[in-house]
Amino acid sequence: MLFAPFMVNAWIVATIVAVVAGVVGFFVVLRGAAFVADAVPQGAFAGAAGASLLGISTLAGLAVFALAGALGIGWLSRRGRRDVATALTLVLMLGLGALFLSFTTEYSAEIFSLLFGEVLGVSAAELLPVALLGGACVLVVLLAYRPLLLSSLAPESSAARGVSNTRMELVFLVIVAIATSMTLPVVGALLIFSLMIGPPAAARSLTANPLAAMALSVVLAVITVWIAIAASFETNWPVGFFVGTGGAVCYAAGRLVASWRGARGQVSRA
Amino acid sequence: MLRWLFAPGFFASPPVHSALIAGGIAALVSGVVGAFTVLRGQSYAGHALADISVTGGSASFLLGISPLWGFAGTGLVAAGIMDMIGIRRPRGRDLATGIVRGAGLGLGALFLYWDTTSTNASGVTITVLFGSLFTVSSTVLPLVGALSAVALGIVLIGYRPLLLSSVSAELAVVRGVRVRLVGMACLIAIALAVSLSALTIGTILSTALLVGPAATALRLTTRPGPAIALASAIAVAATWLGVVLAYDSFTWPPTHTGWPVSFFIVVLIFAGYVLAQFLTQRPGRVRAQEA
Repeated sequence: MLFAPFMVNAWIVATIVAVVAGVVGFFVVLRGAAFVADAVPQGAFAGAAGASLLGISTLAGLAVFALAGALGIGWLSRRGRRDVATALTLVLMLGLGALFLSFTTEYSAEIFSLLFGEVLGVSAAELLPVALLGGACVLVVLLAYRPLLLSSLAPESSAARGVSNTRMELVFLVIVAIATSMTLPVVGALLIFSLMIGPPAAARSLTANPLAAMALSVVLAVITVWIAIAASFETNWPVGFFVGTGGAVCYAAGRLVASWRGARGQVSRA
Repeated sequence: MLRWLFAPGFFASPPVHSALIAGGIAALVSGVVGAFTVLRGQSYAGHALADISVTGGSASFLLGISPLWGFAGTGLVAAGIMDMIGIRRPRGRDLATGIVRGAGLGLGALFLYWDTTSTNASGVTITVLFGSLFTVSSTVLPLVGALSAVALGIVLIGYRPLLLSSVSAELAVVRGVRVRLVGMACLIAIALAVSLSALTIGTILSTALLVGPAATALRLTTRPGPAIALASAIAVAATWLGVVLAYDSFTWPPTHTGWPVSFFIVVLIFAGYVLAQFLTQRPGRVRAQEA
């Protein structure tokens, strides 16, 4: 049953989602931008609620709110503390979400799946937009790979080399927004973020080489999602539970390996 | 004017009384604790603790106890774990916070799923996540008072070392402050404040009360005492005005069932922050509080 025809779409979409989360998550971890990567998906959830209110496509609502949230965080944090700007943008969007939800009468199951993920709800029609957005996301990361890496690792020297940190920040926020809108319906608003930081954090503590770490992060993310879907299918429990736990297991394993190596004095970690 | 603002029956309604008292206390505590949260740059920890209290809230529905026990219980456990796996190091602090939040919230998802399948409470998800201040029963008020007293007590007793270690950790170490202990106490105070406001405006929105008023106050003044007082005043004002507006909104379109209290409170707090930013942005003015 796990590989029945109606599950094929779910497997394909979940794999795309994991690849994108692994790639984007690598930069999230590198930039220490966990809060932003947490806030954008959570806030974008309000967009889905708004879209269902207006009767338009969920993906459109998600994309609009994810972009607005990312840009809002970028704009507000230029004028104040970054963590405060992120927190306030997030709660404003969630507040709107609460309002939208209070207007709709039919919710429960649908909203629960938006928040905590749903694998069975993937139709063949959704496959193409997800694939396109995922492709776009990975393409942008690859095109901006060098400047993005430079501004993440050494903001001072990247400015000297003519890479605008402000622009790279914007590029990064937009990438997170796109990744969010496509991954949200599968993994759920509240737990995409586990997928975006667990596997990359583990990968980072296993290797210092950026490309190898990114590849490893993708592999770990894909494994996490596959296990999560299989387990969710068997138990009928929410996907988000398995993804959240899986992310934490990845991180813990990474820390264990790193500290074991550190104890042997072979590797000096940053 | 007053009649226009306060809809008929506002002051006579018992749910409104409970909402005003519980909301006011929660806002007061959030304002005080929030000032330290913002000074220490721990907004993300506050948000993560808020998210994790979803787990406690949903578990309390399974057990049939007051959600406040669940919020506070998981908040304290999560604060302990975060401290243990090292959110004290600036580097990687957000990562550790996020991992705990992810794992906790995953468990919350499972509990909510059990709530909605095994019990008849299909609205639990919304109640836990977005709160419903008007359903706070007056029997919870003593517990609200007790938890607030603990949170405020921590801040009062540890005021000087807390402030010193928030402004400069190095200086605090030199002066012999036990920074780790102070950090843990602060995290506990944050967890309690968040669990109180989770009852008011819902778990995932409680960050608003913690961070918003404090950030606004620290924009307007840099002296700690006045900033704390101002933060509490803003938080209480936003909460009470939110309750008034939500009560008014029962006659508003489109559903005539009222707009959520949390929505009003969050919007008021956000508007306050943006307004304070524009007020303090006159050219030539030095902003000492910029991190």
